[in-house]
Amino acid sequence: MNAAAVHLEKPRITPLGSCAILFEAPGEFDLEHQRRIWALADAAAQWDTVVEAVPGMTNLILLLSEPPCELDLFRTLLQDAWESGAEKHVEPTVLKIPIVYGGEGGPHLHDVAEGTGLSVDEVVRIHTEPDYTVYAVGSHAGYCYLGGLDARLFMPRRKVPLLSIPAGSLSVAGLQTGVSASAGPSGWHTIGRAEISFFDPERRPPALLKPGDIIRFMAERIVA
Amino acid sequence: MIEILSTPTLVTVQDLGRSGFYRYGVCRSGAMDRLSLAIGNLLLGNDRNAAGLEIPILPFRLRFDADVNFAITGADCAAELDGRPLPPYWASRADAGEILTLAAPRAGCRAYICVAGGVDVPEVLASRSTQLREGFGGLDGRALVKGERIKAVGNEILLPKGGLGAVPPTALSGPNPSPIIVRVIPAAEYDDYDETSKAAFWTAEWKVTVQSNRAGYRLEGPELNLGRPIELRSHGVVPGVIQVPAGGQPIIQLADAATMGGYPKIGVVIDTDLSLIAQARPGDSLRFVETDLAGAGHAHEETDAYLAALERDAGLQHRLAVTWRKQ
Repeated sequence: MNAAAVHLEKPRITPLGSCAILFEAPGEFDLEHQRRIWALADAAAQWDTVVEAVPGMTNLILLLSEPPCELDLFRTLLQDAWESGAEKHVEPTVLKIPIVYGGEGGPHLHDVAEGTGLSVDEVVRIHTEPDYTVYAVGSHAGYCYLGGLDARLFMPRRKVPLLSIPAGSLSVAGLQTGVSASAGPSGWHTIGRAEISFFDPERRPPALLKPGDIIRFMAERIVA
Repeated sequence: MIEILSTPTLVTVQDLGRSGFYRYGVCRSGAMDRLSLAIGNLLLGNDRNAAGLEIPILPFRLRFDADVNFAITGADCAAELDGRPLPPYWASRADAGEILTLAAPRAGCRAYICVAGGVDVPEVLASRSTQLREGFGGLDGRALVKGERIKAVGNEILLPKGGLGAVPPTALSGPNPSPIIVRVIPAAEYDDYDETSKAAFWTAEWKVTVQSNRAGYRLEGPELNLGRPIELRSHGVVPGVIQVPAGGQPIIQLADAATMGGYPKIGVVIDTDLSLIAQARPGDSLRFVETDLAGAGHAHEETDAYLAALERDAGLQHRLAVTWRKQ
Protein backbone atom coordinates (compact mmCIF):
# COMPACT_ATOMS: atom_id res chain seq x y z
CA MET A 1 0.00 0.00 0.00
CA ASN A 2 1.36 3.42 -0.95
CA ALA A 3 1.35 6.17 1.61
CA ALA A 4 -1.28 8.73 0.72
CA ALA A 5 -0.09 12.32 0.73
CA VAL A 6 -2.14 14.41 3.12
CA HIS A 7 -4.12 16.82 1.00
CA LEU A 8 -6.14 19.37 2.89
CA GLU A 9 -9.25 21.17 1.62
CA LYS A 10 -8.83 24.02 4.07
CA PRO A 11 -6.10 25.14 6.47
CA ARG A 12 -5.56 22.79 9.42
CA ILE A 13 -4.62 24.42 12.71
CA THR A 14 -3.70 22.17 15.64
CA PRO A 15 -1.87 22.55 18.94
CA LEU A 16 1.68 21.21 18.83
CA GLY A 17 1.91 20.60 22.54
CA SER A 18 1.48 23.29 25.16
CA CYS A 19 3.44 26.19 23.64
CA ALA A 20 3.31 25.76 19.85
CA ILE A 21 0.72 25.77 17.08
CA LEU A 22 0.96 24.02 13.70
CA PHE A 23 -0.62 25.61 10.62
CA GLU A 24 -0.86 23.40 7.53
CA ALA A 25 -1.84 25.03 4.24
CA PRO A 26 -4.34 23.43 1.92
CA GLY A 27 -3.47 22.80 -1.73
CA GLU A 28 -0.42 21.99 -3.75
CA PHE A 29 3.15 21.67 -2.61
CA ASP A 30 4.53 24.44 -4.79
CA LEU A 31 6.35 27.75 -4.69
CA GLU A 32 3.19 29.84 -4.82
CA HIS A 33 1.87 28.26 -1.62
CA GLN A 34 5.28 28.48 -0.05
CA ARG A 35 5.44 32.24 -0.76
CA ARG A 36 2.17 32.61 1.12
CA ILE A 37 3.68 30.67 4.04
CA TRP A 38 6.66 33.06 4.17
CA ALA A 39 4.26 36.04 4.18
CA LEU A 40 2.20 34.39 6.90
CA ALA A 41 5.34 33.80 8.98
CA ASP A 42 6.30 37.48 8.73
CA ALA A 43 2.80 38.53 9.83
CA ALA A 44 2.55 36.00 12.67
CA ALA A 45 5.95 36.97 14.10
CA GLN A 46 4.36 40.29 15.10
CA TRP A 47 1.50 38.78 17.11
CA ASP A 48 1.35 38.90 20.89
CA THR A 49 3.04 35.95 22.70
CA VAL A 50 4.55 34.66 19.41
CA VAL A 51 8.26 34.14 20.08
CA GLU A 52 8.98 32.89 16.59
CA ALA A 53 7.17 31.80 13.41
CA VAL A 54 9.00 28.96 11.67
CA PRO A 55 8.14 28.02 8.06
CA GLY A 56 8.12 24.34 7.06
CA MET A 57 7.05 22.83 3.74
CA THR A 58 3.74 24.66 3.02
CA ASN A 59 3.21 24.80 6.76
CA LEU A 60 4.25 26.92 9.69
CA ILE A 61 4.72 26.56 13.43
CA LEU A 62 4.27 29.35 15.93
CA LEU A 63 6.40 29.10 19.06
CA LEU A 64 4.64 30.80 21.96
CA SER A 65 5.92 32.23 25.23
CA GLU A 66 3.10 30.55 27.19
CA PRO A 67 0.25 28.10 26.54
CA PRO A 68 -2.62 29.85 24.75
CA CYS A 69 -5.84 29.52 26.77
CA GLU A 70 -7.58 28.33 23.63
CA LEU A 71 -6.78 28.16 19.96
CA ASP A 72 -9.65 30.28 18.67
CA LEU A 73 -7.80 33.60 18.65
CA PHE A 74 -4.86 32.15 16.73
CA ARG A 75 -7.20 30.18 14.47
CA THR A 76 -8.90 33.40 13.40
CA LEU A 77 -5.65 35.31 13.00
CA LEU A 78 -4.02 32.53 10.97
CA GLN A 79 -7.04 31.92 8.75
CA ASP A 80 -7.55 35.61 7.99
CA ALA A 81 -3.87 36.16 7.25
CA TRP A 82 -3.74 33.07 5.03
CA GLU A 83 -6.89 34.01 3.12
CA SER A 84 -5.52 37.48 2.41
CA GLY A 85 -3.43 35.56 -0.14
CA ALA A 86 -0.39 37.75 0.51
CA GLU A 87 2.80 36.34 -0.99
CA LYS A 88 6.35 37.19 -0.01
CA HIS A 89 8.64 37.59 -2.99
CA VAL A 90 12.27 37.37 -1.98
CA GLU A 91 15.12 38.99 -3.91
CA PRO A 92 17.08 35.75 -3.98
CA THR A 93 20.73 35.22 -3.33
CA VAL A 94 21.87 32.70 -5.94
CA LEU A 95 24.51 30.35 -4.57
CA LYS A 96 26.50 28.10 -6.90
CA ILE A 97 27.85 25.08 -5.07
CA PRO A 98 30.59 22.98 -6.68
CA ILE A 99 30.00 19.30 -6.00
CA VAL A 100 32.23 16.27 -6.30
CA TYR A 101 29.68 13.62 -7.27
CA GLY A 102 30.39 10.01 -6.29
CA GLY A 103 33.59 8.64 -4.80
CA GLU A 104 34.26 8.70 -1.08
CA GLY A 105 32.01 11.72 -0.51
CA GLY A 106 29.12 10.27 -2.53
CA PRO A 107 29.03 6.56 -1.76
CA HIS A 108 25.43 6.05 -2.90
CA LEU A 109 25.63 7.65 -6.35
CA HIS A 110 25.65 4.21 -7.97
CA ASP A 111 22.68 3.06 -5.84
CA VAL A 112 20.70 6.06 -7.07
CA ALA A 113 21.66 5.35 -10.70
CA GLU A 114 20.58 1.76 -10.27
CA GLY A 115 17.40 2.64 -8.38
CA THR A 116 16.28 5.21 -10.94
CA GLY A 117 17.39 3.23 -13.99
CA LEU A 118 19.64 6.08 -15.13
CA SER A 119 23.35 6.20 -15.83
CA VAL A 120 25.62 7.95 -13.34
CA ASP A 121 26.20 10.76 -15.84
CA GLU A 122 22.46 11.18 -16.35
CA VAL A 123 21.85 11.35 -12.59
CA VAL A 124 24.44 14.11 -12.31
CA ARG A 125 23.14 15.97 -15.37
CA ILE A 126 19.53 15.86 -14.12
CA HIS A 127 20.59 16.83 -10.60
CA THR A 128 22.63 19.84 -11.77
CA GLU A 129 19.94 21.17 -14.15
CA PRO A 130 17.35 22.90 -11.95
CA ASP A 131 17.45 26.02 -9.84
CA TYR A 132 16.59 24.78 -6.36
CA THR A 133 14.62 27.15 -4.15
CA VAL A 134 15.21 27.15 -0.39
CA TYR A 135 11.70 26.47 0.97
CA ALA A 136 12.64 26.34 4.63
CA VAL A 137 15.66 26.18 6.93
CA GLY A 138 15.70 23.66 9.74
CA SER A 139 16.20 20.11 10.96
CA HIS A 140 19.74 21.07 11.98
CA ALA A 141 21.31 24.51 12.04
CA GLY A 142 21.61 26.02 8.56
CA TYR A 143 20.15 23.04 6.69
CA CYS A 144 18.08 24.06 3.65
CA TYR A 145 14.96 22.21 2.56
CA LEU A 146 14.95 22.58 -1.23
CA GLY A 147 12.17 22.48 -3.80
CA GLY A 148 12.80 21.60 -7.43
CA LEU A 149 14.20 18.06 -7.56
CA ASP A 150 13.41 16.33 -10.86
CA ALA A 151 10.93 13.49 -10.27
CA ARG A 152 13.15 11.15 -12.30
CA LEU A 153 15.53 11.15 -9.32
CA PHE A 154 12.91 9.88 -6.88
CA MET A 155 14.40 7.32 -4.50
CA PRO A 156 12.77 5.88 -1.38
CA ARG A 157 14.63 6.53 1.89
CA ARG A 158 17.26 4.02 2.96
CA LYS A 159 15.84 1.10 4.92
CA VAL A 160 18.66 1.34 7.44
CA PRO A 161 19.63 4.92 8.27
CA LEU A 162 23.31 5.78 8.59
CA LEU A 163 24.51 6.78 12.06
CA SER A 164 26.39 9.77 10.71
CA ILE A 165 27.21 11.44 7.44
CA PRO A 166 29.71 14.32 7.33
CA ALA A 167 28.96 18.01 6.87
CA GLY A 168 28.82 18.91 3.19
CA SER A 169 27.15 15.64 2.17
CA LEU A 170 24.77 16.08 -0.77
CA SER A 171 21.92 13.60 -0.55
CA VAL A 172 18.56 12.71 -2.08
CA ALA A 173 15.44 10.89 -0.86
CA GLY A 174 11.83 11.03 -1.89
CA LEU A 175 11.45 14.21 -3.89
CA GLN A 176 13.98 16.03 -1.76
CA THR A 177 17.64 16.90 -2.00
CA GLY A 178 19.96 18.86 0.27
CA VAL A 179 23.44 19.39 1.66
CA SER A 180 24.13 18.57 5.33
CA ALA A 181 25.32 21.59 7.27
CA SER A 182 26.88 19.48 10.04
CA ALA A 183 27.60 15.82 10.69
CA GLY A 184 24.60 13.77 11.78
CA PRO A 185 22.44 10.72 11.14
CA SER A 186 20.75 10.34 7.76
CA GLY A 187 18.26 8.07 6.08
CA TRP A 188 19.00 9.56 2.65
CA HIS A 189 21.30 8.56 -0.21
CA THR A 190 24.56 10.51 -0.26
CA ILE A 191 25.58 11.23 -3.85
CA GLY A 192 28.24 13.90 -3.51
CA ARG A 193 30.14 16.34 -1.41
CA ALA A 194 30.53 20.12 -1.14
CA GLU A 195 33.00 22.29 0.72
CA ILE A 196 30.72 24.91 2.17
CA SER A 197 29.71 26.36 5.54
CA PHE A 198 25.96 26.87 5.83
CA PHE A 199 25.99 28.03 9.43
CA ASP A 200 28.14 30.21 11.65
CA PRO A 201 26.85 31.17 15.10
CA GLU A 202 28.97 34.35 14.97
CA ARG A 203 27.37 35.52 11.71
CA ARG A 204 24.11 37.55 11.54
CA PRO A 205 21.96 35.95 10.39
CA PRO A 206 23.73 32.75 11.43
CA ALA A 207 22.37 30.72 8.49
CA LEU A 208 24.00 31.29 5.07
CA LEU A 209 20.72 31.08 3.15
CA LYS A 210 17.15 32.16 3.83
CA PRO A 211 13.85 30.90 2.45
CA GLY A 212 13.50 32.10 -1.15
CA ASP A 213 17.22 31.92 -1.96
CA ILE A 214 18.38 29.74 -4.84
CA ILE A 215 20.99 27.00 -5.05
CA ARG A 216 22.61 25.75 -8.27
CA PHE A 217 24.73 22.60 -8.04
CA MET A 218 27.74 22.48 -10.36
CA ALA A 219 29.48 19.21 -11.13
CA GLU A 220 33.08 19.94 -10.25
CA ARG A 221 34.00 16.32 -10.85
CA ILE A 222 32.36 12.93 -11.16
CA VAL A 223 34.21 10.09 -9.49
CA ALA A 224 33.02 6.92 -11.16
CA MET B 1 37.81 27.70 39.60
CA ILE B 2 36.36 24.23 39.75
CA GLU B 3 38.30 21.23 38.50
CA ILE B 4 36.54 18.19 37.08
CA LEU B 5 38.24 15.13 38.61
CA SER B 6 36.24 12.39 36.94
CA THR B 7 33.37 12.56 34.56
CA PRO B 8 31.07 10.24 32.68
CA THR B 9 30.20 11.01 29.08
CA LEU B 10 28.12 14.01 28.13
CA VAL B 11 28.34 16.31 31.11
CA THR B 12 27.42 19.61 29.49
CA VAL B 13 26.92 23.26 30.36
CA GLN B 14 23.23 24.15 29.97
CA ASP B 15 20.90 27.02 30.77
CA LEU B 16 17.17 27.03 30.07
CA GLY B 17 17.84 26.77 26.33
CA ARG B 18 18.11 28.76 23.14
CA SER B 19 15.17 30.71 21.86
CA GLY B 20 14.70 32.88 18.78
CA PHE B 21 16.84 30.96 16.28
CA TYR B 22 14.53 28.05 15.47
CA ARG B 23 13.95 29.37 11.95
CA TYR B 24 17.69 28.93 11.30
CA GLY B 25 17.46 25.33 12.44
CA VAL B 26 18.88 25.92 15.92
CA CYS B 27 17.16 23.57 18.39
CA ARG B 28 16.20 24.55 21.93
CA SER B 29 19.04 22.63 23.59
CA GLY B 30 19.25 23.61 27.28
CA ALA B 31 18.68 21.59 30.43
CA MET B 32 16.54 18.49 29.89
CA ASP B 33 15.01 19.09 33.34
CA ARG B 34 14.58 22.84 33.21
CA LEU B 35 12.71 22.95 36.49
CA SER B 36 15.58 21.40 38.46
CA LEU B 37 18.09 23.80 36.90
CA ALA B 38 15.86 26.77 37.77
CA ILE B 39 15.49 25.55 41.37
CA GLY B 40 19.27 25.27 41.78
CA ASN B 41 19.74 28.77 40.43
CA LEU B 42 17.08 30.33 42.67
CA LEU B 43 18.60 28.72 45.79
CA LEU B 44 21.82 30.57 44.94
CA GLY B 45 20.16 33.89 44.17
CA ASN B 46 21.00 33.48 40.46
CA ASP B 47 18.85 34.34 37.50
CA ARG B 48 16.85 31.16 36.89
CA ASN B 49 18.37 30.98 33.39
CA ALA B 50 22.00 30.95 34.64
CA ALA B 51 24.17 28.17 33.21
CA GLY B 52 24.81 25.04 35.26
CA LEU B 53 26.17 21.55 34.66
CA GLU B 54 23.90 18.74 33.51
CA ILE B 55 25.22 15.35 34.63
CA PRO B 56 23.38 12.46 32.98
CA ILE B 57 25.33 9.44 34.12
CA LEU B 58 27.02 9.22 37.44
CA PRO B 59 29.37 9.00 39.32
CA PHE B 60 30.98 12.40 39.02
CA ARG B 61 33.64 14.17 41.05
CA LEU B 62 34.97 17.70 41.13
CA ARG B 63 37.20 19.85 43.33
CA PHE B 64 36.51 23.42 44.29
CA ASP B 65 39.68 25.51 43.92
CA ALA B 66 38.08 28.52 45.58
CA ASP B 67 35.29 29.17 48.10
CA VAL B 68 31.98 29.22 46.24
CA ASN B 69 28.26 28.65 46.76
CA PHE B 70 26.84 25.76 44.78
CA ALA B 71 23.59 23.79 44.55
CA ILE B 72 22.73 20.24 43.55
CA THR B 73 19.29 19.50 42.17
CA GLY B 74 17.59 16.91 39.97
CA ALA B 75 18.48 13.25 40.49
CA ASP B 76 19.15 12.21 44.10
CA CYS B 77 22.70 10.96 43.81
CA ALA B 78 23.88 10.73 47.42
CA ALA B 79 26.02 13.86 47.06
CA GLU B 80 28.87 14.32 49.50
CA LEU B 81 31.06 17.34 50.10
CA ASP B 82 34.35 16.06 51.52
CA GLY B 83 32.49 13.05 52.91
CA ARG B 84 29.63 15.07 54.45
CA PRO B 85 26.30 13.99 52.96
CA LEU B 86 24.16 16.68 51.29
CA PRO B 87 20.40 16.35 50.94
CA PRO B 88 18.88 16.49 47.46
CA TYR B 89 17.87 19.95 46.17
CA TRP B 90 20.38 21.62 48.41
CA ALA B 91 22.64 24.68 48.20
CA SER B 92 25.72 25.11 50.35
CA ARG B 93 29.11 26.75 50.61
CA ALA B 94 32.19 24.86 49.46
CA ASP B 95 35.61 25.81 50.78
CA ALA B 96 38.62 25.80 48.51
CA GLY B 97 40.05 22.29 48.23
CA GLU B 98 36.82 20.46 49.05
CA ILE B 99 35.74 17.60 46.82
CA LEU B 100 32.15 17.08 45.71
CA THR B 101 31.14 13.53 44.86
CA LEU B 102 27.94 12.39 43.15
CA ALA B 103 27.20 8.66 43.27
CA ALA B 104 24.85 6.58 41.14
CA PRO B 105 21.37 8.07 41.49
CA ARG B 106 18.94 6.66 44.07
CA ALA B 107 16.17 8.48 42.23
CA GLY B 108 15.99 10.21 38.88
CA CYS B 109 18.44 10.26 36.02
CA ARG B 110 20.08 13.68 35.65
CA ALA B 111 21.71 15.83 38.32
CA TYR B 112 22.36 19.56 38.02
CA ILE B 113 25.15 21.50 39.65
CA CYS B 114 24.63 25.24 39.78
CA VAL B 115 27.23 27.72 41.02
CA ALA B 116 27.03 31.29 42.31
CA GLY B 117 26.30 33.57 39.35
CA GLY B 118 26.27 30.63 36.93
CA VAL B 119 28.99 28.81 35.01
CA ASP B 120 31.13 31.44 33.28
CA VAL B 121 31.00 30.68 29.57
CA PRO B 122 30.25 33.15 26.76
CA GLU B 123 26.75 33.61 25.47
CA VAL B 124 26.36 32.38 21.89
CA LEU B 125 23.09 33.08 20.06
CA ALA B 126 21.51 34.37 23.25
CA SER B 127 22.23 31.29 25.38
CA ARG B 128 25.03 29.49 27.22
CA SER B 129 23.65 26.04 26.40
CA THR B 130 25.83 23.51 24.62
CA GLN B 131 24.78 22.83 21.03
CA LEU B 132 26.37 19.40 20.68
CA ARG B 133 25.65 18.72 17.00
CA GLU B 134 26.87 22.07 15.71
CA GLY B 135 29.59 22.35 18.34
CA PHE B 136 29.01 25.79 19.81
CA GLY B 137 27.79 27.22 23.10
CA GLY B 138 28.65 25.95 26.58
CA LEU B 139 32.29 24.93 26.79
CA ASP B 140 33.41 25.16 23.14
CA GLY B 141 30.28 23.29 22.11
CA ARG B 142 31.33 20.02 23.68
CA ALA B 143 31.00 17.83 26.75
CA LEU B 144 33.35 18.32 29.70
CA VAL B 145 36.49 16.21 29.99
CA LYS B 146 38.53 15.10 32.97
CA GLY B 147 40.88 17.77 34.23
CA GLU B 148 38.74 20.53 32.79
CA ARG B 149 38.50 23.77 34.80
CA ILE B 150 35.31 25.76 34.87
CA LYS B 151 34.67 29.12 36.50
CA ALA B 152 31.72 30.52 38.40
CA VAL B 153 30.62 34.05 37.53
CA GLY B 154 30.14 34.60 41.29
CA ASN B 155 27.69 36.77 43.20
CA GLU B 156 27.36 38.50 46.57
CA ILE B 157 24.67 36.21 47.94
CA LEU B 158 25.13 34.73 51.42
CA LEU B 159 23.62 31.34 52.26
CA PRO B 160 22.45 30.43 55.78
CA LYS B 161 25.06 28.45 57.74
CA GLY B 162 24.44 24.80 56.92
CA GLY B 163 22.97 25.63 53.56
CA LEU B 164 19.57 26.12 52.03
CA GLY B 165 17.23 23.53 50.54
CA ALA B 166 14.12 23.42 48.40
CA VAL B 167 11.22 21.02 48.57
CA PRO B 168 10.84 20.01 44.93
CA PRO B 169 7.38 19.66 43.41
CA THR B 170 5.89 16.26 44.33
CA ALA B 171 6.42 14.80 40.86
CA LEU B 172 10.19 15.34 41.15
CA SER B 173 10.67 14.12 44.72
CA GLY B 174 11.60 10.59 45.70
CA PRO B 175 12.12 7.58 43.46
CA ASN B 176 10.36 7.51 40.09
CA PRO B 177 6.86 6.04 40.36
CA SER B 178 5.98 3.14 38.11
CA PRO B 179 4.64 4.14 35.70
CA ILE B 180 5.63 7.80 35.51
CA ILE B 181 2.51 9.75 34.55
CA VAL B 182 3.03 12.22 31.71
CA ARG B 183 0.45 14.62 30.30
CA VAL B 184 -0.02 14.69 26.52
CA ILE B 185 -2.03 16.83 24.11
CA PRO B 186 -3.17 14.81 21.06
CA ALA B 187 -1.43 15.98 17.86
CA ALA B 188 -2.58 16.50 14.26
CA GLU B 189 -2.41 12.82 13.23
CA TYR B 190 -3.95 11.41 16.41
CA ASP B 191 -7.23 10.60 14.67
CA ASP B 192 -5.40 8.84 11.84
CA TYR B 193 -4.41 5.98 14.19
CA ASP B 194 -6.68 2.95 14.33
CA GLU B 195 -8.93 2.52 17.38
CA THR B 196 -6.79 -0.21 18.96
CA SER B 197 -3.68 1.96 18.70
CA LYS B 198 -5.40 5.02 20.13
CA ALA B 199 -6.60 3.01 23.12
CA ALA B 200 -3.19 1.35 23.57
CA PHE B 201 -1.45 4.72 23.49
CA TRP B 202 -3.25 5.81 26.68
CA THR B 203 -3.37 2.49 28.51
CA ALA B 204 0.03 0.93 27.81
CA GLU B 205 3.06 1.26 30.03
CA TRP B 206 5.76 2.54 27.68
CA LYS B 207 9.23 1.34 28.52
CA VAL B 208 12.10 3.81 28.14
CA THR B 209 14.76 1.99 26.09
CA VAL B 210 18.53 2.40 26.27
CA GLN B 211 18.33 4.26 22.95
CA SER B 212 17.41 7.39 24.83
CA ASN B 213 19.44 10.59 25.03
CA ARG B 214 19.20 14.39 24.85
CA ALA B 215 17.80 14.20 21.31
CA GLY B 216 14.98 11.79 22.11
CA TYR B 217 13.68 8.81 24.04
CA ARG B 218 12.78 5.68 22.13
CA LEU B 219 9.92 3.83 23.80
CA GLU B 220 8.89 0.21 23.65
CA GLY B 221 5.34 -1.04 23.86
CA PRO B 222 2.43 -2.13 21.71
CA GLU B 223 2.73 -1.31 18.00
CA LEU B 224 0.90 1.87 17.00
CA ASN B 225 -0.64 1.70 13.55
CA LEU B 226 -2.21 4.31 11.31
CA GLY B 227 -5.57 3.46 9.78
CA ARG B 228 -3.78 3.99 6.47
CA PRO B 229 -0.21 5.10 5.77
CA ILE B 230 0.22 8.84 5.26
CA GLU B 231 3.03 10.95 3.86
CA LEU B 232 3.47 14.29 5.59
CA ARG B 233 5.24 17.42 4.44
CA SER B 234 8.10 18.29 6.80
CA HIS B 235 7.19 20.81 9.49
CA GLY B 236 8.61 22.35 12.63
CA VAL B 237 8.93 19.93 15.55
CA VAL B 238 9.33 20.93 19.22
CA PRO B 239 10.59 19.06 22.31
CA GLY B 240 7.79 16.80 23.53
CA VAL B 241 6.51 15.72 20.10
CA ILE B 242 5.84 11.97 20.07
CA GLN B 243 6.70 10.75 16.58
CA VAL B 244 5.80 7.29 15.39
CA PRO B 245 8.07 6.08 12.58
CA ALA B 246 7.37 2.92 10.58
CA GLY B 247 7.51 0.05 13.03
CA GLY B 248 5.03 1.69 15.37
CA GLN B 249 7.34 2.37 18.32
CA PRO B 250 7.14 5.99 19.47
CA ILE B 251 10.04 8.41 19.94
CA ILE B 252 9.69 11.47 22.18
CA GLN B 253 11.63 14.37 20.69
CA LEU B 254 13.64 16.23 23.33
CA ALA B 255 15.98 19.20 23.87
CA ASP B 256 18.53 18.37 21.14
CA ALA B 257 16.04 16.99 18.58
CA ALA B 258 15.90 18.10 14.94
CA THR B 259 13.79 21.25 14.52
CA MET B 260 11.88 19.79 11.55
CA GLY B 261 10.51 16.38 10.76
CA GLY B 262 7.87 14.56 8.82
CA TYR B 263 6.94 11.45 10.80
CA PRO B 264 3.32 11.17 11.93
CA LYS B 265 2.87 12.42 15.49
CA ILE B 266 0.29 11.01 17.86
CA GLY B 267 0.67 13.54 20.67
CA VAL B 268 2.91 16.05 22.37
CA VAL B 269 4.11 15.94 26.00
CA ILE B 270 3.36 19.28 27.67
CA ASP B 271 6.41 21.42 28.46
CA THR B 272 5.96 21.10 32.22
CA ASP B 273 6.26 17.31 32.10
CA LEU B 274 9.46 17.26 30.05
CA SER B 275 11.26 17.47 33.42
CA LEU B 276 9.71 14.12 34.37
CA ILE B 277 10.88 12.57 31.10
CA ALA B 278 14.38 13.96 31.74
CA GLN B 279 14.45 12.13 35.07
CA ALA B 280 13.14 8.82 33.63
CA ARG B 281 15.84 6.22 33.13
CA PRO B 282 16.09 3.34 30.69
CA GLY B 283 13.85 0.59 32.06
CA ASP B 284 11.39 3.03 33.67
CA SER B 285 7.82 3.04 32.36
CA LEU B 286 5.75 5.99 31.22
CA ARG B 287 1.99 6.27 30.97
CA PHE B 288 0.35 9.02 28.95
CA VAL B 289 -2.75 10.82 30.19
CA GLU B 290 -4.68 13.13 27.94
CA THR B 291 -4.83 16.84 28.58
CA ASP B 292 -5.62 19.94 26.55
CA LEU B 293 -4.38 23.52 26.29
CA ALA B 294 -6.33 24.54 29.38
CA GLY B 295 -4.73 21.68 31.33
CA ALA B 296 -1.29 22.64 30.01
CA GLY B 297 -1.91 26.27 30.96
CA HIS B 298 -2.86 25.21 34.48
CA ALA B 299 0.30 23.07 34.82
CA HIS B 300 2.36 26.00 33.56
CA GLU B 301 0.84 28.34 36.15
CA GLU B 302 1.52 25.85 38.94
CA THR B 303 5.20 25.70 37.99
CA ASP B 304 5.39 29.49 37.73
CA ALA B 305 3.80 29.84 41.16
CA TYR B 306 6.17 27.26 42.64
CA LEU B 307 9.23 29.07 41.26
CA ALA B 308 7.93 32.51 42.29
CA ALA B 309 7.40 31.25 45.86
CA LEU B 310 10.84 29.65 45.91
CA GLU B 311 12.43 32.86 44.63
CA ARG B 312 10.69 34.83 47.38
CA ASP B 313 11.57 32.36 50.15
CA ALA B 314 15.17 31.93 49.04
CA GLY B 315 15.55 35.70 48.76
CA LEU B 316 14.32 36.06 52.33
CA GLN B 317 16.81 33.46 53.56
CA HIS B 318 19.65 35.22 51.71
CA ARG B 319 18.73 38.53 53.39
CA LEU B 320 18.41 36.86 56.80
CA ALA B 321 21.87 35.36 56.36
CA VAL B 322 23.29 38.85 55.86
CA THR B 323 21.55 40.14 59.00
CA TRP B 324 22.75 37.14 61.00
CA ARG B 325 26.39 37.62 59.98
CA LYS B 326 26.24 41.27 61.07
CA GLN B 327 25.31 40.32 64.65
